[in-house]
Amino acid sequence: MSALKRLIAMILKESRQIRRDGLTMGMMFVIPIVQLVLFGYAINADPKTLPTAVLSYDNSPLSRAITRAIGATGYFSSARAVNSEAEADALMQAGEVQFIITIPDGFFRSIVRHEKAEIAVEADATDPSTVAPAIAAVNAAITQTLAAELTGPLASSRPAPQDVQVILQRRYNPEGLTRFNIVPGLLGIILTMTMVMQTALAVTREYERGTMENLLAMPVKPLEVMAGKILPYVLIGAVQVAVVLTASRILFNVPFLGAPWLFGVATLLFITVNLAIGFTFSTVARNQLQAVQMSIFFMLPSILLSGFAFPFRGMPGWAQALGSILPATHFIRISRGIMLKGATFAQMASEVSVLALMLVIVGAVAVSRYRVTLD
Amino acid sequence: MSAIIDVKGLVKRYGARTVVDQVDLAIEPGRICGFLGPNGSGKTTTLRMICGLLTPDGGSGTVLGEDIIEGRDVIKRQTGYMTQRFGLYEDLTIAENLQFVAQLYELPHVSRVVDEAIDRLGLGDRRNQLAGALSGGWKQRMALAACVLHQPKLLLLDEPTAGVDPKARRTFWDEIHALAAQGITVLVSTHYMDEAERCHEIAYIAYAKLMARGTAAEIVARSGLHALVATGEGADKLAPKLSGLPGITAAAAFGATLHLCSPDEAALQRAIATVTDRNIKWRETPPTLEDVFIHLMGQATDNMVAA
Repeated sequence: MSALKRLIAMILKESRQIRRDGLTMGMMFVIPIVQLVLFGYAINADPKTLPTAVLSYDNSPLSRAITRAIGATGYFSSARAVNSEAEADALMQAGEVQFIITIPDGFFRSIVRHEKAEIAVEADATDPSTVAPAIAAVNAAITQTLAAELTGPLASSRPAPQDVQVILQRRYNPEGLTRFNIVPGLLGIILTMTMVMQTALAVTREYERGTMENLLAMPVKPLEVMAGKILPYVLIGAVQVAVVLTASRILFNVPFLGAPWLFGVATLLFITVNLAIGFTFSTVARNQLQAVQMSIFFMLPSILLSGFAFPFRGMPGWAQALGSILPATHFIRISRGIMLKGATFAQMASEVSVLALMLVIVGAVAVSRYRVTLD
Repeated sequence: MSAIIDVKGLVKRYGARTVVDQVDLAIEPGRICGFLGPNGSGKTTTLRMICGLLTPDGGSGTVLGEDIIEGRDVIKRQTGYMTQRFGLYEDLTIAENLQFVAQLYELPHVSRVVDEAIDRLGLGDRRNQLAGALSGGWKQRMALAACVLHQPKLLLLDEPTAGVDPKARRTFWDEIHALAAQGITVLVSTHYMDEAERCHEIAYIAYAKLMARGTAAEIVARSGLHALVATGEGADKLAPKLSGLPGITAAAAFGATLHLCSPDEAALQRAIATVTDRNIKWRETPPTLEDVFIHLMGQATDNMVAA
């Protein structure tokens, strides 16, 4: 019986301590709900309305009908008409379209003459999982359109199925290797995880160990404290990146097509944004445990909504909007763009400037949150 | 020369609770002022307001001739503040800690300054030891060395000797006197009466209010307390019985003797009269500083109840 009494005493004491830590309690209920919503509503492994460019050299009613039909499959967003191959390539390299559908000159004529006709579909295969269902939809759309359009006198022109071929070309990742997609994304996730967590502990640790009061009594400015706590980790982050890139080259043979300097600049920017976010957490959390919990809470959407684990374009609008305010989303686009597609600075400029803007905003919040007094 | 610390009407509130209430404090250069008072009376809060770590909710004044709010940064540079809890980094070595402090104050010749400080401490052979590995007494001496590294004009020490053995305390206080001899002004909070008596002057704060100010002798003389000491078999055992009597400030056993004090001589006589044991001998004794503080604390509580 005395064992039971002591057990009850222990349970009571633990329950009281748990109840007193509001943030931890909150996290225990908020995290499952967030996970439920993200996995249940936001994530869709069969993304639809993927941005598509149509390059049509055949200005016939039939090719226009095919374009419409492809748009109606739901897998492609209302096709964007382009006039040259170069224009289409640039859009794909910048990540603005995922498919280029090319209808060759004389397509209609070939059909009528029962010659072989080809429609080329080029897919940005940096995210291979989005390609396969879309391609299947193209085939179906073309067959149906031909049946529907070629009626009356033209009915006899209906080609045999083998005469119209959809030629699929996977760009940037011709073998559709998932690891090509994963490795550049993983870089963003690894950096988010380590960088945010490290600085999240930075200020909280000083408070918890009692060194903050001493530090505040000395003549050091908030910006100096913040920069001083962040900069060593920039170096650590850079080394991390170098290690991951080297390993991915040696072990997985992941290509690196773009300019290393551009990648370097974007990576440093991304690391610094994450460190500033961690520093901000650090000024909010009351102890190191809370700081770690906040970092985990930040990690969750960074993995699920950034386009790392699931196709970004497969998510509903609100989830995409949420994903867009996460730095990992933009960095993953940059790293995939530079590594796999050889994207140039001009093509990545908008993503890079989003990261720069984030740094300015988060940095300002972090500095303003840092107190020079104990008030 | 004008006062180093000269503040008037300092007030600090946390919500509805006033933790420092209308405290005036003036300290002349080169003086060691002991800051005494029960736990939670507002000593640490007052020290933090003086060194600019807390913004007062009321009151004004100057420290080192600078306004305590406007001149915060200037004050910080010329003040050494030693926190109650060890404020240096336990995962850095002694030398690394001192180097960090020296660099933050932008001292010239950092390595020489650090070497000299380590030599003065007598820690030459342990300079590369982690600060966390030091004993309590050494930690405090090291913290003191760190906060005088930049040769401040004012030292604020918050219970620097709490939990430190008597010999280390003695050494620590010798160092404080040596610093004061160089012209540094010191405000040091403590709970130890022997330390209070080593100060040039004392400020006593209880329940947010400043209750007494002056030298130890002045405070005792001004208290108007009377004290008796009882000897004889079983004198010490009378403490619980006598301490509850009306008008008695304190009845405390010291070894086999009993120390009794009250502001009211008649109350003392009435208390003695309740003791029938003939073996107990009573004689007059000067009241101690501790008597005075317990008496003042009682008064402060009465004020609280009245208010």
